[in-house]
Formats: sequence, structure tokens, C-alpha cells
Amino acid sequence: MTTEHTRRLRRIGAVVATGMALSLTLAACSATGDTGAETGTASDIEAALQEESTITVWAWAPAVEDIAAAFEEKYPKVTVDVVNAGTGNDQYIKLQNAIKAGSGAPDVAQIEYYALPQFALSDSLVDLNDFGFGDLEEKYTASTWGSVNLDGGVYALPQDSGPMALFYNQAVFDQFGIAVPTTWDEYVTAAQQLHAADPTKYITNDTGDAGFTTSMIWQAGGQPFVTENSTDVTVNLQDEGSKKFADTWNQLIEGDLVAPISSWSDEWYKGLGDGTIASLTIGAWMPGNLESGVPEASGDWRVAPMPTWEPGVAASSENGGGGDAILKQSKNKLAAAGFLEFMNAGEGTQISMDAGGFPSTTADLESDDFLNAESEYFGGQQINQVLVQSAKDVVPGWSYLPFQVYSNSIFGDTVGQSYANKTDLNEGLIAWQDAIAEYGNGQGFTVTSE
Amino acid sequence: MALEQAVKASRMSRYTRSRSGGALQKRKSLVLTIVMTLLLVYSLLPLFWLLVSSTKTQPELLSSFGLWFSGEFSLFDNIAQTLSYGDGEFVRWFGNTVLYVVVGAGGATLLAALGGYGLAKFNFPGKRAVFAVVLGAVAIPGTALAVPTFLMFSQLGLTNTPWAIILPSLISPFGLYLIWTYAMDAVPTEVLEAARMDGAGEMRTFFTISLRLLGPGLVTVLLFTIVATWNNYFLPLIMLSEPTWYPLTVGLNQWNSQAQTVGGDPIYNLVVTGSLLTVVPIVIAFLFLQRYWQSGLAAGSVKA
Repeated sequence: MTTEHTRRLRRIGAVVATGMALSLTLAACSATGDTGAETGTASDIEAALQEESTITVWAWAPAVEDIAAAFEEKYPKVTVDVVNAGTGNDQYIKLQNAIKAGSGAPDVAQIEYYALPQFALSDSLVDLNDFGFGDLEEKYTASTWGSVNLDGGVYALPQDSGPMALFYNQAVFDQFGIAVPTTWDEYVTAAQQLHAADPTKYITNDTGDAGFTTSMIWQAGGQPFVTENSTDVTVNLQDEGSKKFADTWNQLIEGDLVAPISSWSDEWYKGLGDGTIASLTIGAWMPGNLESGVPEASGDWRVAPMPTWEPGVAASSENGGGGDAILKQSKNKLAAAGFLEFMNAGEGTQISMDAGGFPSTTADLESDDFLNAESEYFGGQQINQVLVQSAKDVVPGWSYLPFQVYSNSIFGDTVGQSYANKTDLNEGLIAWQDAIAEYGNGQGFTVTSE
Repeated sequence: MALEQAVKASRMSRYTRSRSGGALQKRKSLVLTIVMTLLLVYSLLPLFWLLVSSTKTQPELLSSFGLWFSGEFSLFDNIAQTLSYGDGEFVRWFGNTVLYVVVGAGGATLLAALGGYGLAKFNFPGKRAVFAVVLGAVAIPGTALAVPTFLMFSQLGLTNTPWAIILPSLISPFGLYLIWTYAMDAVPTEVLEAARMDGAGEMRTFFTISLRLLGPGLVTVLLFTIVATWNNYFLPLIMLSEPTWYPLTVGLNQWNSQAQTVGGDPIYNLVVTGSLLTVVPIVIAFLFLQRYWQSGLAAGSVKA
């Protein structure tokens, strides 16, 4: 079980690892050794796939094993060694250490969108334009392509995506006569109604989650993190969008209207099953997790568009999801590129979808089979209609910090305090901003705090 | 967490016994009894939760009250699943952990015994410097050294191999220091001189006489290093990327975080059962070895 202790250790690890790696690469003495071919056309890649080779892929998404098997069947000479080196942060620590050490990194690695700038802007990943992958732009949704397109380079091919939607337990909503909220104001009202009617029930859970908060600010039109020239960072967690979110969410925090349960805990799964947590505003990949984690609530849940800030003006944001990148350390970049294209732009996308991933490829999103699929778990609702629309409504212009992994790890110490003490979230955001600026400046970035 | 609690619980019982074992302390104190009871409950509650939870199925685990049994009794089913899930990777991790403990903790104890004894019983130039280095090393937490160690091992090409876990585990400055102070009193210099007079070589003296006198101290160090190696989390986390070499701690965490992945399979019941199975050997080790440990500590206290 994840204890406070191990979490603290992991954070120390993240700090040490990212700190060292960033300062090193910013001093422009990157130790990455390049021996594989740097660039190549589609025919070079095709030729490389007909030669005996082995590539290592670090990924924790279960679908990657199946994708690798399908790939090996198509290209029998290439062996794909899939390694689960840890989920999320655990893997980033290892990746950062291997980059720092100059060896030991895989050829291909799964990296979530929020973590991508850290690796891309520190010159650890291959710019996929070298393989002509810039032309794949039209295959992907605007928001996912925007997430991998950093500073003029393409550093990953999107795999899954997480346009946000409101997942709600209709059984609970019906029982207490609560209408599905379409705006955040209505959402706050619904929270009050529900909790007043049954004090054991909450509209949602939230103990302070950096990913959720940044997605909410994203939807509200905030752009708190802006990076130029790789190292010039501007942070403003009091811009209009950030404030809009904090002021609304304050009503829920200060009014004790959200369940004090951390996401992804066993208690969370329990709350989603027994109605304690009546709704979730979360990424479109959630259905698979509900089906496997909360089977007892089958038939109760439905999906609605994410509540909006302006009535009638559709807007959403991305929550989670990620892509796969090629490491500069790779000695077999052409074969790695071939696998990457197969996985995220070819046959692999269907395998990923079958495993519960929400795609980022427009052809898959727009296919009739996908749009019209009726989900038994969601009482026969065509949930993809809602989720695909959300993918189209993502507010453009968002970007993450080039040291977001570390920044998210200190979210609990700053904004989390506002949650714990039920005080103004704006104060927590300001404290977070100060901590971000201090850390960034210490790492060789020029951070302007507005 | 459960592991730490188990350790705490065992330590707790050690303290209680050594207290009540004192012949002079016959007076009963209501306050102390209450405090002890509270501490006992505090220590045992997580273990109890672990035991109860590992008898539940995954849905039952999430939907029933945590501190009492509920639903069908599926402990054995859970154990069977834990052992077979993912091509039996739990068994593999268990074997890895045992390997790291036997070679790492065993080796660390042997090295600490040799070093501590040597420092306690022989005079040589630079002894004070060694003393300072060892004390300094005790003060540095292993976590702080993990990343530098990783970079060093990476240069040597040892990352992602069992050596990356075993080699750092072999060093126990605290164990060395403990044996050192213990050996000063437990092994009388007169005995060593007598052995030398009788013509025994230093090695023979060490293995036939000193090692036996050091017994309780060795067990104490062995227990410390066993617990440290068994619970080692951070070092293997950053050293190993192949799950084939994971110890139980990192492996169980991987199972636990599986629930947080798109398309992931939440297996909390197996995580809980796996944790229970992980705790059992160390509890057994404590039950068997604490006798020696107590006499070791008692010897230390008499000295003072």
C-alpha cells in the first residue's frame, strides 16, 4: 500500500532526480550518447524493420503488451521488450536517472502529457520531425497534438486522451431529485442539495489533486504556465481562469461539500460504488476504470458534458492521457520510430481502445462504430457521443511547466493546505506559485511570477 | 505500513517484557497499564485490519466495514490468486526478497562482526579516523545516497541486476558500530590473550571464541539488517526497471498502482493478501530471534 512514508520517499526521489538532471542539461552538457541513425524517411524505417533488432519499451498501459505482440507478428525480425518500469512518477524517476547516467534508458517510453515538457525541453527526447512524423498532425485531435508539440518540435505521438466529462450516479441523482448540472453554479447548488438531503453523500471527492485543478483552470480559460525559449517560464496562478476556478471551488471546500477521499484509493472505489461519491469530473478514459473497479454500480452511472463557466458555451479540457516518445539514448531509433508509428498511428490504436483507452486519433473518434456504441455499464447510453464532443470542445492554448512533475508533487504542501484547513484556495495557489518559482529559479530556469 | 506496524508491535512487546521482567518492579500502575493497552491496540489494529481484509473478495473489500469479517471467507482463494497472478510474479518477488535478505543482511552482519571486532580489539593508527567515518555514515540516511549510488552503479553496468540491491545492503555502519561497542565488553581481552598464549591464530580465536561471545550482538545486528533489507523500498525502486528482479515492496506497489491506470485491473484484495504474506516471515523472524536480542540489550545495559 502507498504509505505516507513511501510517498515522501518518492517525492525526495523526484526532487533529487529531476533536480540533478535539469541542472545538468541546462548547463548544456547532456551526457546522452547518440549512435543510432538520427533521421530517416518512411522507407528507411521500413527497411530497419526488416532487420534483426530488439527495442525496449517502458510502458505501464496494459495494452502495450498486446500491441507489441501484434507488431512482432507483422515484423517478425524485430523483438519488442515491453517493461513495466512503474506507473507514472515511479517511471519518470527511473527515466530521469537513466538519462542522467547516460545509459539504461529504453528506446521508447510512455510519458503523460503533463510530464512531457520536462523530458522534451531538457533535450532527452528525439524530435519526431526527424522521421517526418510532423505530417501525422491531421490524424490527431487538436488538443492532443498541441500537448506533444512543444517549442516547435514533436516529442511524442499521442496515445490516449482524456477530454473531461461529468460522470454521475443517476441512481443517487434520481433518489434525491437532483438535476444534472450544466454550469458550475448549478453544480454547487446540486452539491448543497445532495449533502443537505443525505449528509453521508457528496457531489464528488476532492482532497487536492494537481491534475484535476490544472484541468479545471484549463477549462476556465486560464493559462497559468507559459514557457518560451525552453527556459523562460511565466507563472500566474491568479489569472482570470485560475481565480474563476478557485472562487467557485471555495464554496465547495469551505462548505464541506466534497468527500474528503483521495482519488484512486480503495476508499474511493468504495465510495463510487455505494453512492458516497455521486459524480466525477474526469477524463474520458474513466469508463474502463469504472467497469473494472466498480462493477457493483453497473447500470447506475451516466455521462454528461462537463459543466461550463458560461451557460450554453461548451468548453472542456484534457485530464490525463499521454503519448510515447523516443529517447535520444536509443541506439535503434529507426525501429523505435517504426514501432511508435504502429502503436499510436496504426493498428495499435484499435488495440489500445479495446483495452479501455480513449483514443486521440480523429478517425477512431469519428467512426460510427465508436460513436454509436452503447455501453451496458452506462445503462445503454451512447457515452462516446458525449466524450467525443468534449474532445472537440477543448479550450486551446494550454501548456504545462517544464518541471510539472516536481511541481505537482508539492501541490499537497501548498494548495493541499487550503483543502485541509478549508481556507481560501487562492491563497493555496499563490503559495504553490511561490514554491514553483523558487524551485524553477534554483534549477536554472528564469521564472517570472506574476 | 503494515510492515512497519508489525515491526513496531514486536519492538513494543520487547520493551514490555524487559520492563516487567525486572525483579524490582512489582508495583502495578493503572496508568501504565492503560497506556500500554492503548499502545498495544494502536500497534495491532493495522495488523488486524490486514488479517481481516485478506479474507475478503475484491468487491467485499471495497463495500464492507474494514475491521470485521464480511462475506464469504476467501483467504485461501486470495492466497492462491496472489501466488498465481501475473505468471506467479509474487513468488518470484518473494524469492528475490529472500535472496536479498540472506545475502545482503547475512553478509552485512558478517562484515559488521569482522569490522566491529577488529576495531574493538586491535590497536592501529587511524582508528579514530575510522571511528569518525563510521559515525558520520550512521548519520546519513540511505535514501539520500540512493541517486548517487545509482549513478555509480550505472557506470559499472550493475543497475537492473541483483547486485544493485545486494552490494549497498552489505554495508551497515550502524551494525558495525553496535558490534564494536558490544565487543569491547562482551569479549574480554584477557580471554583473547589466553587464546594467543595457547597458540591459537587470530582467525581461529575469532571464529571459535569471539564469535560465540558476540552472539547476542550479532543477532541484534542481523535483525536490524533483515528488517532494513526486507523493507527496502527506495533503492530497488530506482535501481531496478525489470519487474523480474523486484523485491516484494516494489512489486506490491506496482500491483497497487495498477488500479490507477487506464484499462488497469484493480487487485486490492491481492495487494492486501500479498502484504499479509510479506509480513509473516518477518514476524516469525522476530518471534524466533527476540530471545537473543533481549539478552543482547540487557548485556548493553549492565555495562552502562
